[in-house]
Amino acid sequence: MPAAPGDPPPLLALEDIVKDYPSGAGSFRALHGVGMTVRPGEFLAIMGPSGSGKSTLMNIIGALDTPTAGRFRFDGEDISALSEPALARLRNRAIGFVFQQFNLLPRLTARANVALPLVYAGVPARERLARADALLARVGLADRTGSRPAQLSGGQQQRVAIARALAVGPRLLLADEPTGALDTRTGAEILGLFKALNREAGVTVILVTHDPGVAAATDRVIRIQDGRILHDGPPTPDALAGGAGHHYAAVAP
Amino acid sequence: MNAPLPRPEAPPTGGAGMVPLLGPMLAEAVGALSANRLRSALTMLGMVIGVAAVILMLAIGNGVQNQVSRSISALGSNLLIVNSGAARTGGGFSQGAGSRPTLTLDDAEAIARLPDVVAAAPTSGFTAQVVAGPTNWLTQVTTTTPAWFTVQNWYPEEGRAFSAMEERQAARVAVIGQTVARELYGASDPLGERIRVRGVSFTIVGVLPERGQGIGGVDRDDVVVLPLTASLRLVQGGGAFRRFVRSITVAATTPDAMADVEQAIADLLRRRHGLSPREEDDFSITNLTAVGETFQETTGAISLLLGAIGGISLVVGGIGIMNIMLVSVTERTREIGIRMALGAPRAAIRLQFLLEALMLSITGCALGVLVGTGLAVVASEFLPFPTVISPASVVAAFAISAAIGIFFGWYPATRAAKLSPIEALRS
Repeated sequence: MPAAPGDPPPLLALEDIVKDYPSGAGSFRALHGVGMTVRPGEFLAIMGPSGSGKSTLMNIIGALDTPTAGRFRFDGEDISALSEPALARLRNRAIGFVFQQFNLLPRLTARANVALPLVYAGVPARERLARADALLARVGLADRTGSRPAQLSGGQQQRVAIARALAVGPRLLLADEPTGALDTRTGAEILGLFKALNREAGVTVILVTHDPGVAAATDRVIRIQDGRILHDGPPTPDALAGGAGHHYAAVAP
Repeated sequence: MNAPLPRPEAPPTGGAGMVPLLGPMLAEAVGALSANRLRSALTMLGMVIGVAAVILMLAIGNGVQNQVSRSISALGSNLLIVNSGAARTGGGFSQGAGSRPTLTLDDAEAIARLPDVVAAAPTSGFTAQVVAGPTNWLTQVTTTTPAWFTVQNWYPEEGRAFSAMEERQAARVAVIGQTVARELYGASDPLGERIRVRGVSFTIVGVLPERGQGIGGVDRDDVVVLPLTASLRLVQGGGAFRRFVRSITVAATTPDAMADVEQAIADLLRRRHGLSPREEDDFSITNLTAVGETFQETTGAISLLLGAIGGISLVVGGIGIMNIMLVSVTERTREIGIRMALGAPRAAIRLQFLLEALMLSITGCALGVLVGTGLAVVASEFLPFPTVISPASVVAAFAISAAIGIFFGWYPATRAAKLSPIEALRS
């Protein structure tokens, strides 16, 4: 998508991102020069089969990992070479993570889970709890603030996780297979929540998924395979189905 | 809800570091440790035992030292004891102190006239079965002059001491200690009663106040004090020994004068006994303060040793904490990954696990102080002296426990902080 003049500056700008992992004597290249741009307020999906480099790309976008080569600017700031504390700070202030397995801390109540990122942001206790309650109300769990994760259903746990991801008011919501552990109906509800957050609050949302049904709900699909971007555009049936399938044709009998 | 999500107030940046995290992290440490109550309790047990051992050992050591200094001050801090016979000099023919009487009553009178000498009490003694009516009691009999009461700084609380006149006239009067009074006369007043020592009857004219135990748990109230002349003639049978005494107890005016007085006595006795410069002393002089100081140094060393043994169990407790913290880090790898994804810097992860280790060691220490104090109180009931818990040992226990928590918590906490967030999330 070429940036038109007058567009807001990109939130994410990846140029020629290469990521190598040590593997045996040599190294394995998980990403072969990936480039992409995400503008604020976008709602997009990153698709790809396992081993495609999708998770590696997500880790780099989420500031959990740094690229071997290439340039990654987050909100205009080059973060390819940031120190560990600076990356932690970026994760804390600018990025909200949502995981497939919810990843709530089982010992803490829903409220304390949501307030946890605010602890690391140095927000005072009173404001932490007030924000946590407000966000739990926003995701429809106003009456479950004192529950522990084990007392909540999967869908409810994922709502708590989304509230937690929103706690610091992030620029980017990064969700890794957020509906993967939920039944279809609950998954659709969670997807609807992401969409509402994107439309109403203007949060940039990136869903990492292999599920075409999930990707179809977004405005833009980036399909990645073997460490390269195959498709970057609207969620057309062709894009969702994995290109023209010619990659498979090569090995078909 | 069409407005963008509000962002929280920009928190203070830089400078503050980990300080704002201390409160919430402490609360989390409490939560984490109480989530695993049994394990936390067992881990703390090592610290509890270690600290309790240190507190108890030091309390006993302090008790011994207090007892010794009390005994010394009760004896009088400026006492010299001159004993008959040479000090042990080594070799095959050494004579034990007091083995052959060489000191006389005249020696004692001459010493009493020396400068800086308050009084000199010639003293002999023996163990005897003393009898009052149908009751008898084995006790320590001291035969001396009235100067003994001055030297000992110990005067009868009921009745009186015998006088110099009575002593010279060999009056058959006796002063007894509390133990003898209790054993022979029970609740009734012993004053004016008769007491028989080796078949000779004495009238009790005074009862000494309670003095308690001496060095080594000796009951110093188990004593009968008789005039020296009376006992020389009547109890010991007189003869060649009658002018000789076993020892002379000398009180100096001040502790500072002790050394000079000791030298003056030695010179005087060598002259009086006609010893040539080649001959060795036929007496020995003991400075009780010096003896007490030596004893105190010894007991101090012993209590340090006992404390060190307790300290070893503290170290073992610390290793237990490290062990359990390593297990905890492994078990909570995923939690660590989640926290890192939520923006916890490595320093915050380290702080969290360090605080847990510290909480284990400090709580263990607090319980250990309680247990140790309780044991020390119980020990006082069984030991011949009261134990003494010094505030310094409690403060030291907390300081050492904190140091142990940090020392043994550092490695597991650092291991947690060094985890890769991606690997940790995948676990």
